[in-house]
Amino acid sequence: MNLQSVKTIYLAEMARSLRTVLQSIVSPVVSTSLYFVVFGAAIGSRISEVDGVSYGAFIVPGLIMLMLLTQSVATASFGIFFPRFSGSIYEILSAPISYFEIVLGYVGAAATKSLILGLIVLATARLFVPFTIQYPLVMLLFLVLTAITFSLLGFIIGIWADGFEKLQLVPLLIITPLTFLGGTFYSIDMLPPFWQAVTLLNPVVYLVSGFRWSFYGMGDVSIWASLGMIALFLGVSLAVVNWIFKSGYRLKP
Amino acid sequence: MIRVEGVSKTFRGGFEALRNIDLTIRRGEIFALLGPNGAGKTTLISVICGLVNASAGRVLVDGHDNVAAYRRAREMIGLVPQELTNEAFTTVWDTVSFSRGLFGKPKNPAHIERVLRALTLWEKRNNRLLELSGGMKRRVLIAKALAHEPQVLFLDEPTAGVDVELRREMWNVVRDLRDQGVTIILTTHYIEEAEEMADRIGVIRRGELVLVEEKHALMHQLGRKELTLHLDTPLSAVPPGLASHELTLAEDGHALVYTYDTSRPGKGEGTGISALLTDLEAAGLQVKDLHTRQSSLEEIFVSLVRENA
Ligand SMILES: Nc1ncnc2c1ncn2[C@@H]1O[C@H](COP(=O)(O)OP(=O)(O)OP(=O)(O)O)[C@@H](O)[C@H]1O
Ligand SMILES: [Mg+2]
Repeated sequence: MNLQSVKTIYLAEMARSLRTVLQSIVSPVVSTSLYFVVFGAAIGSRISEVDGVSYGAFIVPGLIMLMLLTQSVATASFGIFFPRFSGSIYEILSAPISYFEIVLGYVGAAATKSLILGLIVLATARLFVPFTIQYPLVMLLFLVLTAITFSLLGFIIGIWADGFEKLQLVPLLIITPLTFLGGTFYSIDMLPPFWQAVTLLNPVVYLVSGFRWSFYGMGDVSIWASLGMIALFLGVSLAVVNWIFKSGYRLKP
Repeated sequence: MIRVEGVSKTFRGGFEALRNIDLTIRRGEIFALLGPNGAGKTTLISVICGLVNASAGRVLVDGHDNVAAYRRAREMIGLVPQELTNEAFTTVWDTVSFSRGLFGKPKNPAHIERVLRALTLWEKRNNRLLELSGGMKRRVLIAKALAHEPQVLFLDEPTAGVDVELRREMWNVVRDLRDQGVTIILTTHYIEEAEEMADRIGVIRRGELVLVEEKHALMHQLGRKELTLHLDTPLSAVPPGLASHELTLAEDGHALVYTYDTSRPGKGEGTGISALLTDLEAAGLQVKDLHTRQSSLEEIFVSLVRENA
């Protein structure tokens, strides 16, 4: 294991985030506040409680997930796309490091960043509504696993994309809709039975549900289904990344 | 230092960029790889550095297979790519330090400073790359390649876009490196660069290595020599008595040019010069002056590439 190399990539990526530290922090704080004003105050005043939790508190886990998914994908995809775009990828590919170490550096940095943002959103939300976290360790586990998994997904997108449009496409067309339809702002019990069944095909439902379980001890699906889903996701992402490096896809002719 | 054994590369789509290349680079030499655009120079370097997977054959760097033992092999190599990269927002110091760390070496600011000074980039160390000129950016790439103290340095057209004065400075940097024991492989389109610097020269054409030779031997062997004879009285045609020699008239008949090859004997024995001189005397021509000229590497190169076309 070439720790020095991993550290170098990791720190360079973190430094890149730090250069834009203000945007990095301000934007999630502002958007979280907006969600609270719109959903929590405006709509929440009509919906008093969901599953025995105030609506404001109910949406907190979903909001954090939303931030976590979008930030992980955005940071990791840009992180690896940029050297491909600028041409400096030659250096990474000719360095004495394994594929695993490359992934560790890039994905580790992206996951760290989105984890920190997730915690900032959590703290911001706490300013708006009171809530308690029943299973903090499970919550952290979910945060970490989701950050890693979706950073891996971002890494894959960053390698697949051959232009800035494609880089934006997946988050825009897939991640954001799936998150919004994934029970972020509602309990799927509120849907008619047919749509409930359809929603269960959305993997994000399991993430949001499991994450919410760690807060309030209840979710749309069982915690084991949620853990199983995130494990499956992680496994698939790892397999794809492994295939990318083995085959040289988009990296090595 | 580097052994390339039977390396071929066929790109997806079926283009054969390298065909069965065998090449040995000796420790401590400067090896110049020449060839026209699209010949496969960059592809060959990319295969050695692990950026392109070979379709066949293998590469050993100091005995380490560059696939099976890629860590050992790559640690030794520094690569300066042909294309400029475009990491606009990092500073010179940061990007060069990054390169060192990436190759697994612990921080060593003193070494980075030496490299930057040698490449006259020290003044610019805190500038972001977007604030540098093209020639400076190229030198930054060289600094990055040297940051981890490689034993082998690949320079893919290092002096493209670098002004004449700086080019000479860079040649000196390269020679200094060689004197420190670094093996250097460079590609260039400036033949004078190869002529000036290389110990050995390889010529690659359409994916085939058509020639590998010591520079001096190459210039000697392939060097066409010209003997120019300046005449007292101008001629309108080559006199019949001299028709058996390969002569051409030049300078409005004021000179006769004789082309010969020092390695390939001409008519009779040797270079044919003595026979020519005898015939000149018989023809009654007065020679005022004479000089000889050896063709430059550039002429050799052009004729070689054309000859095989
Ligand atoms: N990734 C690739 N896919 C397909 N063909 C490629 C690829 N890279 C290079 N080639 C082709 O391989 C051939 C050799 O290219 P290469 O870059 O090695 O040439 P070169 O000798 O370095 O030329 P130049 O002097 O212009 O730099 C060219 O015909 C090029 O089009
Ligand atoms: Mg080239």
